[in-house]
Amino acid sequence: MNRFVTLNRREFLKVSAAAGGGLLIGLYLPGRLEAATNTTAEEFLPNAFLRIAPDNTVTVISKHLEMGQGVYTGLPTIVADELDADWSHIRVESAPADATRYGNLAWGGTTQGTGGSTSVTNSWEQLRRAGATARAMLIAAAAHTWKVKAGTLRAANSYVIDPKGKRRASYGELSTLAATLTPPLDVKLKTPKQWKLIGKHVPRTDSVDKSSGKAIFAGDMRLPGMLTALVARSPLFGAKLKGFKVDAVKAMPGVKAVVAIPQGVAVVATDFWSAKLARDALQVEWDDSAAEKRSSDELLAQYLELSKKPGVVAHQSGDITKGLAGAAKKLEATFEFPYLAHAPMEPLACVVQLSDNACEIWAGSQAQTNDQATAAEVSGLKTGQVTIHTLLAGGSFGRRANPTADYVREGVEVAKATRALNAPIRLLWTREDDIRGGYYRPMYVHTIAAGLDRRGRPLAWQHRIIGQSILAGMANRAPSKDSVDFTSVEGAANLPYTIPDMLVDLHTTQVGVPVLWWRSVGSTHTAFSTEVMINELAIAAKQDPVAFRRALLKNHPRHLGVLNLAAQKAGWGKPLPKGRWRGVAVHKSFNSYVAEVAEISLADGKPKVERVVCAVDCGVAVNPDMVRAQMESGIIFGLSAALYGEITLKDGQVVQSNYHDYQIVRLPETPKIEVHIVPSQAKPTGVGEPGVPPLAPAVANAVFAATGKPVRRLPIRI
Amino acid sequence: MVNLLINGKQQEVDVTADTPLLWVLRDHVGLTGTKYGCGIAACGACTILVDGQPVRSCITSAASVSGKPITTIEGLSAENRHPVQRAWITEDVPQCGYCQSGQILSAVALLNAKPKPTDEDIDEAMSGVLCRCGTYVRIRRAIKKAAALMAKGNVA
Repeated sequence: MNRFVTLNRREFLKVSAAAGGGLLIGLYLPGRLEAATNTTAEEFLPNAFLRIAPDNTVTVISKHLEMGQGVYTGLPTIVADELDADWSHIRVESAPADATRYGNLAWGGTTQGTGGSTSVTNSWEQLRRAGATARAMLIAAAAHTWKVKAGTLRAANSYVIDPKGKRRASYGELSTLAATLTPPLDVKLKTPKQWKLIGKHVPRTDSVDKSSGKAIFAGDMRLPGMLTALVARSPLFGAKLKGFKVDAVKAMPGVKAVVAIPQGVAVVATDFWSAKLARDALQVEWDDSAAEKRSSDELLAQYLELSKKPGVVAHQSGDITKGLAGAAKKLEATFEFPYLAHAPMEPLACVVQLSDNACEIWAGSQAQTNDQATAAEVSGLKTGQVTIHTLLAGGSFGRRANPTADYVREGVEVAKATRALNAPIRLLWTREDDIRGGYYRPMYVHTIAAGLDRRGRPLAWQHRIIGQSILAGMANRAPSKDSVDFTSVEGAANLPYTIPDMLVDLHTTQVGVPVLWWRSVGSTHTAFSTEVMINELAIAAKQDPVAFRRALLKNHPRHLGVLNLAAQKAGWGKPLPKGRWRGVAVHKSFNSYVAEVAEISLADGKPKVERVVCAVDCGVAVNPDMVRAQMESGIIFGLSAALYGEITLKDGQVVQSNYHDYQIVRLPETPKIEVHIVPSQAKPTGVGEPGVPPLAPAVANAVFAATGKPVRRLPIRI
Repeated sequence: MVNLLINGKQQEVDVTADTPLLWVLRDHVGLTGTKYGCGIAACGACTILVDGQPVRSCITSAASVSGKPITTIEGLSAENRHPVQRAWITEDVPQCGYCQSGQILSAVALLNAKPKPTDEDIDEAMSGVLCRCGTYVRIRRAIKKAAALMAKGNVA
C-alpha cells in the first residue's frame, strides 16, 4: 500500500511561462497545463495543484471528489501549510480528468478517483511539495526584487517578509515575477513543529456555501435549453427491453422524447415533474428470460449449503484440523449479512452536453478518468474530447465510484439518442431508482469455528466467507475462478490476533445482482464476524473482552493503542448504571486503526445506543476536527446498518423502495459520541471509512452482554 | 398559472396546480437550494417554511400555498447572517451538505416556536430530516449555539 510514484525532478516542476504571470505547481507535463485549469493571464501557476492570483487568492486544485468527507479542506490544509498561506485566501477548485497529473497514487497513479480512504494519504507528499515549491519561488521573487539573499527572508500568512529591511510583499504582488523564475530542484519540507495548520483546527472551506443553499450539485446545474431525463429500468436485474408504448406518453405536457437506450427507456422532458409523470405513465414490456429471479431466502439457503464445503484458501497458518481437534472448548457460529444500498441523500444525477466533437459532463464524479473513458466509448469521441466537470456530491459512500460508470453511461446514452433535439441532458434518478437500482454491498454468509485450549487461549480459527465478488465487476481486475477477491476477505484474512492454527477460505457466488464497494467494503462484514466471535471466545474463556484482546495483540501496538485509549475513555471495567451495557470492537481498515466502545440500553426489545467512545490512529491528523467528523459520520453510518440496513429480493425484485422501508438513523437515535485521536507522526492514513467497521460489532457485543444471546446477523434483531 | 410569494417576492409560475412546490422552486423559479431526496416526505431534504412552519415541499402542491409567504434557504438571510446559519458555519455542521437546507429551516422553525429548546424538543423537531453523513451530533450542538445567539439578541 501507499506506493508513491517517484518523480523525475525535471518533470516535477516547470513554470508555465505562457501564462504570463501569477504561480501554477504540481506534476507538470509541458504544454498541458494552460488548458487544464481556469487560469487568467496574470496568475502564477507553479504547478497542477495551485495557482496564485495578483489579488492574493490561492486556488488549490483538488484531484479528489468532495462528497462530504472534507477533502476540499484537508487537501488545501496541506498545501497552505507548506506555502505559509493565509487560510482565509484559500479557494478550492476541482481538477479536470487527467490521470497523468491527477491520478490516485495509492492506485498506482494510473486512474483518477476518490475511494478507499486514500485522498489525504496519496496526496500528502505531493501537496506538501507543491506548497513548499511555490513558497520557495515567491521568496526567490522577493529576494530578486529587494536584492537580498533568499535565506534572509521568511514567509507567513501569504506574505514574504524581510525582517532586516522591515518590508514585506504579498504573494499576489510577487506572483507575476515568481512565475518567470526557474523552480527549485528540491525543497525542504517543514518539520511537524513548524506546522501552523496541519494538526490544528482549520474551518471547512465549504460550510458557508452548504449552509446557504449555494453549493451546486449535479441536479442543480442549469444550461440553456437543458432537458431532464428519467429512465424506466427493468424491475429485475438482467432483464432486457422488449417493447414500450410511446404514443400516449409522448403527447403528455413537456415531453420531448421517449427513446430506447441499452439501460431501458428514457423519457426526456422540459423539467423533472413532467418527466416523472410521463415515466410513471409509460408502459414497458421486459424480457425476463435471462434475469435474476431468486429471492433473498433462496440465496441464503444456497449460501448456507455452500458454507459446509471448503472454499478457495485466502489465508492459512498452522494446521486447522489438528488445532480444532485439540481444542478443550469449541465454538461455532454462522453470520448473515444482507445486501445494502448506499442511499446517499443526493440520488445519482449528471448533466451531459454532447455535440459532434465534444462531450461535457457535470457530475459528482468519483472516478473521473473512468467516467471520461466511458463517455468517450458511448459517444464515439476521443477521450480528450470528453470534459468532466467534477461538482460536489451529496454523499456517495462508494456509489459513484462504479467501474461501469453506470449513471454517466446512461446520461451519455440519452444525450446520444436525443442528439436531434440538440439539448443538454440532465439525467436524474429518483430515490426509488436509487434503492432499486442495484450496486449493493453484497449479501454474505460467514461461518467461524474456533477452539480454546484449557487455559482459555484461542488455538484454532476457521473462517469461511460466502458471497459475490465486487472486483468481478471490474473488467481488468476480475479475479479468476479459483482466486480470492481480497475485498471479500479483507479484515478476516489478515486477522491481527495471535492464533496458531488458522484457515480463512472463500466461496465466490454468481448472482445477477450488481454489487459494489460500500463505505469500508470488506470490513463492513469481516469486522463484525471476527469481533463478535472474539468477544464470544473471551466470554467462553471467562475473561474480560478487552483483556482477552490485549493478550492476543502483543505484536500489534497500534491496535493496542486505540483499544486501550477507547477502553480508558469509556471507563471500561467501571460499573454502569442499571440497564446499561457495554461492548467493544477494534479493527484496522485502510491503514487506520479504530476502536469503539458502545454503551446501550434496551427499549421495546431493541438496542438503543446511548454513547459511543471512539479512538482512532490515522497517523498525522491533518485536520483533527475533520477526523472527528468522519468518525462521527462512520459511527452513524455503521449504526444505520446495525439497526436497519437491509435490501431484500422477492423473486428477483428488490422489496424496498425509499427511506420509509430502507431506514437510516435519525437524530433522536444519535448516541453521544466522543472521539479521541492517538497522537502520531506516522504518515496520514484513511478516515472516511475506518470509523464504520467497529460500530456494529461493538453494539452487538453490548447486546450479548445485555441479553446473553449472541447476535449473529445484521441488522440486529433481538 | 399559480401565484407564489417566495422570499418576499410575488411570482407567477406557469405550472399546473398540482405540481409539487419542490419542483416549482427548483425547475421553474431556479431556487435550487431546496433539495429532492425522496419525493414522499420521508427525508425532509425539501423542507421549506410556509407561514414560518416547516413544510415538505415535495408533497405540497403549488396551488395549496398560493399567496402564502414561502421562505427557502435562499431567502433566510442576507449574507448568511441568520443565527442558525452562523451556528452551522461555526460548528462546521455540513459534510456533503445536501440535506442541510432542510436541517437549517427545520431548526429555524423550532427556534421561532421554542427559543430555548430542550433536548427532547430538538429530537422531535429534527427527527424527520435525514442526514446520511450523520451530522446529527453537530446539528444538536449548533441548534443550542443558535439559541444562545438569539437569546443575546442576535437576529438576522
